[in-house]
Amino acid sequence: MELDVSILSRIQFAFTVSFHIIFPSITIGLATLIAIWEGLWLKTGNPQYLQLAKFWIKPFAITFGMGVVSGIVLSYEFGTNFSKFSEIAGAVLGPLMAYEVLTAFFLEAGFLGVMLFGWQRVSAKMHFFATVTVAIGTWISAFWIIAANSWMQTPQGHQIVDGKFEVVSWFDVIFNPSMPYRFTHMLLAAFITATFVVMATHAWYLRKGQHQDFGRKGLSMMLWFALVLTPLQAWVGDLHGLNVKEHQPVKLAAMEAIWAEKESNVPLLLFAVPDMKAEENHYEVAIPGLASLILTHDWQGELQGLKSVPAEDRPNVHMVFFSFRIMVGIGMLMIGVALLGAYLRWRGTLYQSNWFLWPVSFMAPTGVIAVLAGWYVVEIGRQPWIIYGLVRTSEIVSPLPAERVLFSLTLFVLTYSLLFGVYLYFMRKLIKKGPAPIEQLEQQRIGVKASGYALSFTKTLATDADATSTKGAN
Amino acid sequence: MELELSLGLFYLLLLGFAILMYVLLDGFDLGIGILYPWFNTDAEHDHLMRSIAHVWDGNETWLVFGGVILFGAFPAAYASIASTFYLPIMLMLIGLIFRGVAFEYRFKSDTSKRYWNMAFAVGSSLAAFCQGLMLGTLVQGVPADFINQSSFNWLSPFSLFCGLAVMAGYALLACCYLVMKSRGELQQKAARYGQRLLLIVMLSMLLVSLWTVWIEPEIRARWFGGWHALWLIPLPLLSVLAARLLFRDLGRVNRSHKAETAVHERHEERPFWLASGLFMLAFIGLLVSVFPYLLPRQLTYMEAAAPDSSLIFMLPGIFIFVPLICAYTLWGYKIFAGKVEDYQEGY
Ligand code: HDD
Ligand code: HEM
Ligand code: HEM
Repeated sequence: MELDVSILSRIQFAFTVSFHIIFPSITIGLATLIAIWEGLWLKTGNPQYLQLAKFWIKPFAITFGMGVVSGIVLSYEFGTNFSKFSEIAGAVLGPLMAYEVLTAFFLEAGFLGVMLFGWQRVSAKMHFFATVTVAIGTWISAFWIIAANSWMQTPQGHQIVDGKFEVVSWFDVIFNPSMPYRFTHMLLAAFITATFVVMATHAWYLRKGQHQDFGRKGLSMMLWFALVLTPLQAWVGDLHGLNVKEHQPVKLAAMEAIWAEKESNVPLLLFAVPDMKAEENHYEVAIPGLASLILTHDWQGELQGLKSVPAEDRPNVHMVFFSFRIMVGIGMLMIGVALLGAYLRWRGTLYQSNWFLWPVSFMAPTGVIAVLAGWYVVEIGRQPWIIYGLVRTSEIVSPLPAERVLFSLTLFVLTYSLLFGVYLYFMRKLIKKGPAPIEQLEQQRIGVKASGYALSFTKTLATDADATSTKGAN
Repeated sequence: MELELSLGLFYLLLLGFAILMYVLLDGFDLGIGILYPWFNTDAEHDHLMRSIAHVWDGNETWLVFGGVILFGAFPAAYASIASTFYLPIMLMLIGLIFRGVAFEYRFKSDTSKRYWNMAFAVGSSLAAFCQGLMLGTLVQGVPADFINQSSFNWLSPFSLFCGLAVMAGYALLACCYLVMKSRGELQQKAARYGQRLLLIVMLSMLLVSLWTVWIEPEIRARWFGGWHALWLIPLPLLSVLAARLLFRDLGRVNRSHKAETAVHERHEERPFWLASGLFMLAFIGLLVSVFPYLLPRQLTYMEAAAPDSSLIFMLPGIFIFVPLICAYTLWGYKIFAGKVEDYQEGY
């Protein structure tokens, strides 16, 4: 088979961006959680919060590192692999990403040093400030990159001059119709992802009978967060769906596997196997009329189907259809866990219910899977367009020799597979090691109060440590 | 039209600023990785890593900034440069990935430390080498159908030489940084290496200058046509002066360890500033040679500039945030000012 540079570039981009998003979806939420814990510690003086912050800052640091190195790849890939696209859309996307760097990346990086290494060098309040700044930096970063992506989904505010995009109204470009929904949905997704990573870890400690107080505190907080966030996410997701129906009807048709050009009383498919050749579904399990009701608020409501556009203008229905069901399925599962947790808490048996803690301790990756599935719906559903309705993906790839892209793709697959294994190994190691005992933190707390004193304090601590050959003052 | 030209020029200067910041900051940072194999003990390696663990991320962000300024202000140049330099960019990125993750994993590893040491050293060197390669190829200029030629057409003797020269330059910066951040034997070692590297760097700069002037008539005309040479003569003169001073400072640091005297005469911070100055002068020289091209002899900054709507939109961001970024970056460096201590700090 002839190697196709367009396919290879797309696979490479999809692979590298999918790898990247794993880490932001954890760090955005985790930075926010750490900021909350530090704030609560400052306010209440309860050392348990400090213990939580100090424990989770380590997984946070390695996740953040992975996010940074994989992100830098992406910002160059637009030019390396989609040069035509960069040329025609650079005037729109470039400035948005420039703002992302100016307002977010530098902020994150600038305060990260203090957040990670500054415990003994700045006051506790200053440290809290640095942590909050890092957290806010991650939100701002999400804002800009989502604005850029949403403009590609629902473009407006531009004109096309000599085949290149020029901006007429920046406000319209940034606040394009799908942006508010996508931004809210993504931020919530990141909070939820982190919540479930933390929840699973703490459930695991409880199930293993280790670090009981620590485990309880974290599990309890995370269950409260989940109880608020997951239903909210379903509601926002529903609004998001209505927005898709309005602006990208073909994508919606693929999400729901609706074939007929126009269909009313559309059933909600719980399961089906769409057949793109025969243009129909097999093995449908459906609830009659429900899709119409959800999307038009009328049992008889009419929806546009896939056949309303020629086959070459349709996305890959399988991927979109199943990804959507995976995301929503996980969303429902999470709501179930949050409700069940609340019920067990009310019964007073939460921490003893091993049958509940056991499955929850395996839910750490569910958030990431839902995030990836959600992005696949968004991105594959947009195909064959790269800028919806205006530019086709097949037209914008760099005219590179295919072997060159095959080479880099191979490198990325090898590198990322290796690093992902390493990442999981170290996450496991950190989690197995568990939190530092509270007494030790109390010792350090003396230092955090007065930064000058702290430095000399840690120095003596370090020499003591050398003497007893227990390394590390943290 | 008038507006467009001056806006374009502004962005060209901004791009130059971003690249210079990147080269200086990530320069010493990558340089530490290049020097890494010349230090042997675990304690020394710990020290090297600790001296930059809190700043590498911020330093690398200047690379992202340069990229997106190119993307936003000169989309056509971003598109053609990035796709033309496909392989060196990809290799550089892979190098940066390995060295970047080494920071976190090395400190948390017990058994795999060896591999992270290697990832850090090889990754840093590869990234620096690729940057030099690209620089060399850029200065040489590339033909329009470059992208479709052999995958290895950027491997000319000149670009290979530039790759090595940039590695030496970064390593020199790192030595000067270490003189500032460490004491004792390690500092002495850094000063000693620094002196040798300085000789190599000066020699390379001379060679590269002569080489470009010799092979590129356009660059020759730029430097020696008309009265140009008169205006430009301060660049090489100042470089030689800075190098002279730097060599002496490093020598003093090196010697003063033997005779524990004259500590107050020892300049521990000045070498870093002198080396930075040297880089700055070289960079200005480079700009003089390639101006007004972004992709030499193919694409000028005027041709590549984005429409005004985009250039103007970014201005407030730049005027507000670039000073702010410089301020809090400086604040960060101040918090961690002074010598690196040999005990574990932090989280
Ligand atoms: C919703 C969030 C989100 C999404 C969709 C993306 N990113 Fe990202 N990115 C982040 C959220 C984020 C972050 C939270 O800000 C990160 C993750 C961890 C980190 O270090 O910062 C980050 C890091 C990060 C970095 C390194 C920043 C640094 O040097 O500190 C770059 C260059 C990019 N990203 C670029 C991209 C590009 C080009 C994307 C799209 C194609 C992209 N990111 C998608
Ligand atoms: C971070 C989460 C994201 C994920 C998981 C993701 C996933 C994907 C996938 C799977 C594709 C391939 C679609 C196909 O070719 O069939 C793709 C394509 C693409 N996406 Fe995204 N994407 C994400 C975010 C973004 C963002 C934020 C942008 C832009 C600012 C973006 C821009 C693109 C571009 C330019 C392509 C390449 C052209 C193409 O193959 O369609 N993506 N993405
Ligand atoms: C529970 C009900 C949910 C519904 C109804 C829902 C609905 C949607 C819809 C309609 C889209 C947009 C597709 C497009 O724009 O093309 C989407 C995207 C997405 N979903 Fe969900 N979702 C739900 C749950 C979740 C959960 C639990 C997560 C993750 C924890 C999640 C993560 C995402 C992400 C990351 C995207 C892509 C980015 C974005 O559009 O914000 N979703 N979802």
